[in-house]
Parts: sequence; structure tokens; C-alpha cells
Amino acid sequence: MAIFLTKDSKVIVQGMTGSEGRKHTQRMLTSGTTVVGGVNPKKAGETVEFTAADGSTTQIPVFGSVEDAVAQTGADTTVIFVPAAGTKAAAVEAIDAEVPLVVVITEGVPVKDTAELFAHSQASGKSRVIGPNCPGLISPGASNAGIIPADITPAGRIGLVSKSGTLTYQMMYELADFGFSTAVGIGGDPIIGTTHIDALAAFEADPDTDVIVMIGEIGGDAEERAAAYIKENVTKPVIGYVAGFTAPEGKTMGHAGAIVSGSSGTAQAKKEALEAAGVKVGRTPSETAALAREVMQSLA
Amino acid sequence: MDLFEYQARDLFESHGVPVLPGLVATTPEEARAAAEQLGAGVDGKVVVVKAQVKVGGRGKAGGVKVAKSADEAEARARDILGMDIKGHTVHTVMIAAGADIATEYYVSLLLDRAERRYLAMASVEGGMEIEQLAVERPEALARVAVDPAVGIDAAKAAEITSAAGFGDDVSAQVQDVLEKLWTVYREADATLVEVNPLVLTGDGRVVALDGKVSLDDNASFRHPETAALAEEEAAAGDPLEAKARASHLNYVKLDGEVGIIGNGAGLVMSTLDVVAQAGEEFGGVKPANFLDIGGGASAQVMANGLDVILGDPQVKSVFVNVFGGITACDAVANGIVQALEILGDEATKPLVVRLDGNNVVEGRRILAEAAHPLVTVVDTMDGAAREAAELAAKA
Repeated sequence: MAIFLTKDSKVIVQGMTGSEGRKHTQRMLTSGTTVVGGVNPKKAGETVEFTAADGSTTQIPVFGSVEDAVAQTGADTTVIFVPAAGTKAAAVEAIDAEVPLVVVITEGVPVKDTAELFAHSQASGKSRVIGPNCPGLISPGASNAGIIPADITPAGRIGLVSKSGTLTYQMMYELADFGFSTAVGIGGDPIIGTTHIDALAAFEADPDTDVIVMIGEIGGDAEERAAAYIKENVTKPVIGYVAGFTAPEGKTMGHAGAIVSGSSGTAQAKKEALEAAGVKVGRTPSETAALAREVMQSLA
Repeated sequence: MDLFEYQARDLFESHGVPVLPGLVATTPEEARAAAEQLGAGVDGKVVVVKAQVKVGGRGKAGGVKVAKSADEAEARARDILGMDIKGHTVHTVMIAAGADIATEYYVSLLLDRAERRYLAMASVEGGMEIEQLAVERPEALARVAVDPAVGIDAAKAAEITSAAGFGDDVSAQVQDVLEKLWTVYREADATLVEVNPLVLTGDGRVVALDGKVSLDDNASFRHPETAALAEEEAAAGDPLEAKARASHLNYVKLDGEVGIIGNGAGLVMSTLDVVAQAGEEFGGVKPANFLDIGGGASAQVMANGLDVILGDPQVKSVFVNVFGGITACDAVANGIVQALEILGDEATKPLVVRLDGNNVVEGRRILAEAAHPLVTVVDTMDGAAREAAELAAKA
């Protein structure tokens, strides 16, 4: 088991015929993901050649619409690589086709588009959106929907939720000897489809996750809200890390959401809120990994 | 990107939001001409000379002055132009028609990150610092959720004026302003539209007297009209930030001694923290910048990044912190070696490199083989931060 994404997940790729989409579709296949199709209205009916996990050649069909792809393959997950200008339309198409898991990798999506596509998913009630501007998620050894490198870590019993891509990879690398049930990169944009709280709730309910590592960063109050949620609802040990203690007020640090305005959104405030909820918070990624390691060893 | 007040005024006007006449001046002489055009001194008309800076509190800092004549407007503009307001130099003033203010209100429309929709805020007690009002008398500030799929229609506008307690005499006018501000918000791809104050004039008109607008940089591709503004702003900013921008690098100048290069926004933010923490041991050495070179980390990108950082005279050492995810460490190591070749004699500061992840053994081998005299390879992020801080302190 894992959260959101399992070995039974059937994945389609919107934007599979583009260079990024093609590259990452190959990586997903190599790591054992069941990729059942791509979507591109201009190339419907064609196939694209890839190498399967066992080294054999495989032809992945291209469908004209998400609806077609779902009807013909039973896909339950879509990964979106289309450019920012077309991302909202692609996600709305997937939501209308009632795809349960919509993973939006594209960065630079206007926040208005994200707000609208999220509102659309809420109204439909059929789709979970992850992202945008995220690395996707991986349940190691089972399935990989997005761009997280699959060879960092094997399967294990740590759950990871993070706003940041490379910090996700760093943490997986440091704890690779324990392995992960699922690692979810939720993205650092001001509005995101799946929050820390959503992932915490799923990990809490997942029988194959023992310990949860949560990585946050400056901006907004998602970490404070997650802290309140943990205090009330999470019984599993949670280890936290927050990036951005040295970020100055009013400067955006790469992620559109990572900006400190006034006294709110600081790393210090987030750290204190998490600690008040009983979360052990590391001062560096390595210290955080060490804290997670201690907890995992104490459970062994 | 935040707009200047005069840009917000123009944007409001183009969407039919009632505003007062306002003209921009960059010299005292232009200010006089603008004041004359607005009829300053004629029939007792006054104008207001307003510093154009993207920071709050300009009134208290002396950046807003009333002038009763064109002469006075010129003199006040002379005082205000060049003034420093919280680190922002005033290059432009707006000469605005004076208003006969009966009452001040507040309205805004912004992102509600937590609820993942929009939020309209309104108060019949405008003019003061809204943050202060929100803390001291939260009941006086109405907060109404706005569905991104619907926006502010007539019903929503009525809900907002009712929640804020606007009187029957002005509600219809305020509702009209709210609907028009929504079109500003939607069509300009704003993340904040704030009017403070929205005023009721002596003759019963509701007018937006001061506006603050933030635009979504991600949406600039569909706003060629504001792309030029963004370029201007970048050019007027920190020269190193402008140079980085020209190379499509995500760079923020900070006030420290250890130059930072990394891949991924989160990892780079984390690197700054680890360096600042390590620096405490060495007399308070701090990171000099944020620089995210993204996933690729090719030799040219690495060279461009190093070039920007070495152009900062404050930098005493450089910490290159890369986690090889999709990009393998051997490619990154080759990038560093080639970047140093490209830079040649321009590279003068010690480099501490930490590589981890995909193909790390080969990456470290490449750096060891190159044996560049400026490069030290350290295995862990914490250890490398300490080394870089120590090198900066010794330099």
C-alpha cells in the first residue's frame, strides 16, 4: 500500500509527445509505472515507442482526449506536462473526464488558472489535484507519477510530503536505507491542489506508513494549519523541516509562494507552531533525517 | 510585480473604476506643468503631490503634500523627488487633483491561499493601516469569500457591502466599484487589488483615491502591456539582479559574504539557512545571495551563475550545493570544471562544492581529477557550509 498512487495505478501523460513529457514518460516506464497512454488531439491514433521496464520495446498509444484515453484504458491517474498557457485547459479536461488523480508538473502556471481549475475540481468532487509546479509523487517500487528520480530510494515505511522538489530528493537520499511508502511533492505555488494536511491525513490512514516527514518553507500559513491538524488528528510520529529562515521580507525565493510578508509566513513561526504540536523539527535537512532515523529505529 | 500608485490609477481608470485626475512628473518643472493642467490655485483648487514608491508609510515619511498653487506644487515636488522612503528613492511623483473627503472606506480583493480561493475585504473605516484595524477591531473588517469560478457579481457585491455595513446612500456606488475592481483583478491577472482609501466626496461620489495592485508574474506571458513595466523595474533594481535576470537565473541579492549556487528553490533556501547557522561560529558570516540554477545545471548555466556571484564584491567564498536528481552529478561536476575554464582569471574566490545523489561517485572523481586550486569538495551539506563560512571569515 501507499497513498494516492499504487502498483495498480494506470497512468496517462498529457503532453507525452513533447520533449519533457517523452523524457519523463520513459523514466516512469523504466521505474515500473503502468503508463497506458498519452493525450494529444493533433496526434490521436499514433503511437510512441518507449522501452519497457524489462528492456523490451513498447508502443504507447496517443489519444485525442482524456475522455477517450480513460474510456479505452481505464486510466485513473494523469500526469500533466503541457506548457503553462495550456495547463488549465488540460487539467479541466482531466477533471471533466473524472480522472481520480491529476498531477500537474508544469511550472509557471498563473495563479488565477490554478484557482479556477481547483474550484472546478472541488465542484466536480471526483478528482484530486496535485501541484502545479511540483515533482509529482512516487510510491517506490510500485509507481511513479511525475519527475522524482526513482532510483534514490526503495520502498519502505516513511511517508514524505514536501513543498520542494530537491529537498524531497535530498531527504529520500538521506533516509534511503529505510525507504518510503510514498513521497509527495505538493509544490510551492500560492495555491496548490493537495496540501500538507491532505497528505498527512492520507499517511495517518495508510497502514504501511509508520513515520511521516513533512518539509515546508516560508510563505503562507500552510505549515501552521498543518501543525494544528497534527495536534488534533495525527497519531503517527511526524518529523518536520522548514526552509527559509534567512529569507528577507518581501523577496520571492524562487517559488511563487515563498515570500514573507510582514510578520506572517516566517520559518521561525512555522517551526514554533510545529513544535507546539509535538513535531520534532530539524535545523538542517541532515538533522531532520537524523531525527527521522532515531524514530524509525525506536519503532524497529 | 507591484504597480506604482499611478499605474494602479491608470489601470482602474481603464476599467471604469472612478478615480481623480492624476499626472506623473519626474522633475519639479513637470510637476508645475501638471499642477497647472489640473487648475491648481484656480478657484481655490488644490493638488496633492504624492511620492511614487512601492512601500507603505510614505505619508508619515513626508512623501505626500498638498499644494495650493502650481508654484507650491513645484516646490513640494522638489522636496519629495530624490527623498529616501524606507530605502526606496523617489524618482517620480504623481500630481493628483485634491479631493473633498467626507468619509474614508477600505476595499480589497486578494488570494486566500489557505482556502484556495479569493477573498474580498471591506470596511467603512478606511484610511488607517488595515493590518492595524484587522488586529485591533477585526469586527470592523468584513471578510467575504469569493469563488474564483464566479467572481464578484451583483449578488456578491451586495453581500460585501452588507457585511461591511455600508449605508444605503453609498451601497450601490460601492457595489459598482467592487464589480469593476473584480474585472481589474481578473483581466490584469492580479493577486491583490486594494483601494485605501476609497472615499465618499462632499458631493456624494465614491472615488478610489489610492490603489495598490500586485500582478502575477507567472501570467506575464499573456500581458505584453505589463511585460515592459517588469523589464523597466528589473533594470532599475539591483545591477546584479538585472544581470542574473538577463541570463534567466533566479537570483536574489542578500547582504552577506558566502555566495550560494544550488538547484531547486527549496534546497537553495535551505542552503542559505545552513550557511547562516554555520556562520555564527565565524563572527556572523552570512549568505550573499539566493541563486537557483534549476534542474539542468549545464556548464554554461553554471558559468553564468558563478559570473553573477563573483561580480558581487562582498562575496568572499562560494558554496555550490547540488543534489543530482534528474541531472547526474558527473554532468554537474563537468559543468563546474568547464565553468571555471570559461571564467578563467575571472574566477578568484574559493569554491566549496557539495554533490550528492545520482552518480555522485563519478562526479566527485571528476572534480578530484581536475584538482582546480580554488575548489574544495566536501561530502555533506552541513560540512560544506561550515567550510565555506570559515573560508569567508578568513578571507
